[in-house]
Amino acid sequence: MATTDAPTPTHAAPAAANARRPAGRRTGGEDPLLAIERGETPPSEIHDGVLAEEPVLEIEHFDFWYGDVQALYDISMNVPRGKVTALIGPSGCGKSTLLRSVNRLNDLIAGVRVEGDMRLGGDSIYARGVDVIELRKRMGMVFQKSNPFPMSIYENVVYALRIDGERRKSVLDEVCERSLRGAALWDEVKDRLDELALGLSGGQQQRLCIARAIAAEPEVLLMDEPCSALDPIATGKIEDLIDQLRGDYTILIVTHNMQQASRTSDFTAFMYLGRMIELGTTEEIFTNPHLKATEDYITGRFG
Amino acid sequence: MSTPDQPTWRRRRRARSTLFAAGEPMIWLTGGALAICTVMVAGLLLLVLRQGLITFWPAPVVEITTPDGRVFMGEITRRESFRPAAEVVDRLPPAVREKARAELAASDGVAHRELVRTGNFRLTQSHFAWVSSFEVENRRRPPWALVLERLEWGRFYGFPQAFVEMHFLSGEGDPRQEARRLLDRLAGRGRQLRLVVRGSGRRLALAGVEHLDDATELAAVAEIDGGAQAAWEGFRRHHDAVRQRWRRRRALEKHDVGEVNHALERARLERRAAELERERAAARHGAGSAAYEAAQRAYEAAQRAYEAKRVEAEAELSRIRAEIERINGENRRLQLLMTTAGEGATPPQTVLVPLDQIVRAYPANQLSAGGKAGVYLARWGEFLLDEPREANSEGGVFPAIFGTVTMTLLMSLAVVPFGVLAALYLREYARAGAVISAVRIAINNLAGVPSIVFGVFGLGFFCYVVGASLDQLLFAASLPNPTYGKGGLLWASLTLALLTLPVVIVATEEAVAAVPSSMREGSYACGASKWQTIRRIVLPRAMPGIITGMVLAIARGAGEVAPLMLVGAVKLAPELPIDGIFPYVHPERSFMHLGFHIYDVGFQSQNSEAAKPMVFTTTLLLIAIIALLNLTTIWLRGRLRKRYAGSQF
Repeated sequence: MATTDAPTPTHAAPAAANARRPAGRRTGGEDPLLAIERGETPPSEIHDGVLAEEPVLEIEHFDFWYGDVQALYDISMNVPRGKVTALIGPSGCGKSTLLRSVNRLNDLIAGVRVEGDMRLGGDSIYARGVDVIELRKRMGMVFQKSNPFPMSIYENVVYALRIDGERRKSVLDEVCERSLRGAALWDEVKDRLDELALGLSGGQQQRLCIARAIAAEPEVLLMDEPCSALDPIATGKIEDLIDQLRGDYTILIVTHNMQQASRTSDFTAFMYLGRMIELGTTEEIFTNPHLKATEDYITGRFG
Repeated sequence: MSTPDQPTWRRRRRARSTLFAAGEPMIWLTGGALAICTVMVAGLLLLVLRQGLITFWPAPVVEITTPDGRVFMGEITRRESFRPAAEVVDRLPPAVREKARAELAASDGVAHRELVRTGNFRLTQSHFAWVSSFEVENRRRPPWALVLERLEWGRFYGFPQAFVEMHFLSGEGDPRQEARRLLDRLAGRGRQLRLVVRGSGRRLALAGVEHLDDATELAAVAEIDGGAQAAWEGFRRHHDAVRQRWRRRRALEKHDVGEVNHALERARLERRAAELERERAAARHGAGSAAYEAAQRAYEAAQRAYEAKRVEAEAELSRIRAEIERINGENRRLQLLMTTAGEGATPPQTVLVPLDQIVRAYPANQLSAGGKAGVYLARWGEFLLDEPREANSEGGVFPAIFGTVTMTLLMSLAVVPFGVLAALYLREYARAGAVISAVRIAINNLAGVPSIVFGVFGLGFFCYVVGASLDQLLFAASLPNPTYGKGGLLWASLTLALLTLPVVIVATEEAVAAVPSSMREGSYACGASKWQTIRRIVLPRAMPGIITGMVLAIARGAGEVAPLMLVGAVKLAPELPIDGIFPYVHPERSFMHLGFHIYDVGFQSQNSEAAKPMVFTTTLLLIAIIALLNLTTIWLRGRLRKRYAGSQF
């Protein structure tokens, strides 16, 4: 793949983290994909524009193993506050694993091991003694396949409050309405809040899941290919919604769909075989990527 | 070795695919297996349904006369053909012999015979009689043949002669003078008068008024309404009131007397407890110590309370006995004078049947379809709601229904929470490994253990270990009579709960495993803990599956008999496990169970021929009750499923 091309010019690798990397693992100006195929981990190409932003979530030298199989290699990145950051890359590159590592959902899988750390608002996620449940309460997550709970629309939205023991009807009502309005679903369901959530259409169910995820005012909203099971119209609605949520919420979204990434996100990270290849503003990544590999991927020449 | 142009193997071409390749025989094989299964299930149900439903339909009463003058009257219950041996024919009376020979010659030696339910046990010492076809000279359905279902001694077949209203003599003064005064007083009423004298045993007989002077053992003066019609009308006029009084008497005997006895027993137990306390004080502190003195005083108080209670109970019991006497006296006044058609060789006899001994009477050959349906429904009503009598072969099975349902519900109450919790741990919390696999295998094997083994376990563990310890701790006063240290409803339910535990665990595990992981992840992502996720997401989603397990457990448990015989099911339970006597629920009591009742009625009763149809009726009832319990749970499951409409199970 792209072996005959001239070495892609490496723009100054700015992350302080990268500077601490052992010298032997540097790959210099070589195409990172070649190094990756040799089993090495080239440094990520992180644009200055990202570093200038105030991060809400910092990922530092994160490695991840499913049993003996390593899925993530030395990932370091910042997720800027109030912005939409997209994770793109071919299937199996570890986007979802990275996303699910943020709220430690991967803990549920037996034989998982991590190294490195993440910090949410300065608090370590993987340090010993972290209360995972409290941690998850600071994040919301939307899954690939909508997964409303087998209960009413109302109860779905206020689920996070219910498990915190909130009983006051006024609070629940207010949160329910605000979240459903936030998820652009209020007008469609306000008259049937007591009906089963499973009776909604696929797109509505996914927006309900978004409403559920934002009900507890999360610091980060994680979205794992939220539109992959939806038709173009429902997808459009979700994308509009992501656009509206921008600013109020920090969103980390995994997507297969390059157009979606370019339309909805402020920043884009390109991952390949468990490595973070390039992270920059969406505009730059899509119009002027620093690495040839990124350009090849977004133009559809590989992946 | 093969070369590229000569493959070692190639598919052979045939003109058409073979029969086996097309699978035609397999369709027949599998379809046939299914058909046989269906036929067996349907056949079983049809047999039970047919036999069970016809039991209570009133059959006509047939009077059969033989050439040598014997008479059999009753209901035909069975017909069969047989091949009588030559000696049997030779031993027949001459009048019958020739007829029998001719008939047998014509039919190649095969004869038919009918089993006639002749009843009248006290006169004939048997309930049934076989009548061969060649013995029948005359067969008719007498219009006034009356069937009496009696409280004791089974059915009575006969003709009503008269309705008798007695006026018993007080027994004070000269009986003849009192009788004469009565006769004078009753003469004006226009009814026939007779004297009632004591015959052999306790039986009463009627005598003409003219025998007053030489009558010994005079019991009463009777007013008589003669004639079948008048007798039947008299019966109908008075029977309901008599039965009502009889029920009142039974309630007095069972409930009121029971309550007095229980209160007395409680006082006795309190005294015994005080006595035990005194012994303990003596052993620990020595006789004469302050503690001993206190215990002694408590014992004396209990003794006084017991004595007072006993006096009170005596008075109460004699009051109840007087009331029972009064009701008996009132009921005994009304009797039906019946003559039989003759029992085989014996000539017709006349018998007085007290009305309160008659449960039901009907002129079988005069009944319209509606009348038959009435008798049929009344019998079903009695069967479902009343208590058994005649060693379970007659009357109702209400205690057995009650016991079966209570036991099954109690079992579900025990097995479902326990099984669900165990399954949740296995599926949600336990780490998969050798131990968990072993546990799972053990649970599955538990389902294959013969049920009687569970009965033995229940007897050995629940009754003899747990129950005996409970008795030592809480019911020491009533020892050596066991309270919990014997078979009872609670232990039977728990034994069956153990028996059905694997079913519930396996069903719950499957249901829990079927909850999609996306839902759990969604819940975890909302910050729910494991238990919150289980309680709010997993359990509701798995509930229909859990209820399926409950349905299976009920089906298995309600039909189980073998272990119950060891841990508490009895032939006849004098008291229901739930009644009006404090503390109202008595899980330590033995109980009746329909499954055991079927066995008992069919094979342990003296009058097994009459009880045989009851076997099918009781079986039908058992099937119906299990079906009803299952339908209720299935309905419940349906409602739950509706709550998750749109999701797939």
